[in-house]
Amino acid sequence: MINVNRLVLDVLKPHHPNALEFACAIAEIGSDCRVQVTVLEVDEKTESLQVVVTGSRLDFERLHETIGQYGGSLHSIDEVEVSNGSQGEA
Amino acid sequence: MLPLGRAHLWLKLTRSQGIARRYFVVNGFDGALTMLGLIMGFRVSGSSDLAMVLNACLGAAIALGVSGVSSAYVSEAAERRKALNELEEAMAKDLGGSAHGHAARWVPLLIALVNGAAPLFISLFILSPLWLAQAGIILPWPPLLAALGCAFFAVFLLGVFLGRVSGQHWLHSGLQTLLIALITAGLVSLLG
Repeated sequence: MINVNRLVLDVLKPHHPNALEFACAIAEIGSDCRVQVTVLEVDEKTESLQVVVTGSRLDFERLHETIGQYGGSLHSIDEVEVSNGSQGEA
Repeated sequence: MLPLGRAHLWLKLTRSQGIARRYFVVNGFDGALTMLGLIMGFRVSGSSDLAMVLNACLGAAIALGVSGVSSAYVSEAAERRKALNELEEAMAKDLGGSAHGHAARWVPLLIALVNGAAPLFISLFILSPLWLAQAGIILPWPPLLAALGCAFFAVFLLGVFLGRVSGQHWLHSGLQTLLIALITAGLVSLLG
């Protein structure tokens, strides 16, 4: 089974919620989820973020949905780290 | 997310807590002073028909509540729609399904309810001695005087609330609003 362990995303979002509230909302997708948000650019009504999400089994669909729920827009997936979980289980 | 949590998120996203608080105080004050003016007017004119006083005051309280709900909803809905349109333009995305879209639909309703409920409930509190007297309960004071006391107390409490919001001493801001109520009562008493 393929597990997603790390994602680096380029996200555009409104100013509210702020980066901390946005990171906390994303962190709720998994119990061992770690989120690092870097604000790259601030415009009049929006800001561009680099969002680094790490965890043992990230649910990308839920992550994408959460970003959308908070008004964000996923522009690109810049880095991905996955692992084959079945090797460890064997 | 629980409904209360969602409402909190929407108010936070739209930065509307301050607006709701302002509406509560402004319209609550309107309600309290309107009741104060009406009751003082009845007292000055020597009217002792409790049913008539109660119905007139209740009519005014309902009108204040309906006016508060409708005026705040219409203006807030227009403001929220404009803000959402501008944000959608900046994001180049439809935000209707996001928390921002939900907030644009629900926050005007929440603010309208606060705006309408404040004068209605404050008025009902002020009218409570009249109800009790009409129900046959003996009060230690004449009903109109007791209602006036409730009005002064409600205005004082609104001042205390404002003091807590602004960080001012509660007694100072409470006495400030009480002074406004006393001036209003004094002006109405000149009618007699």
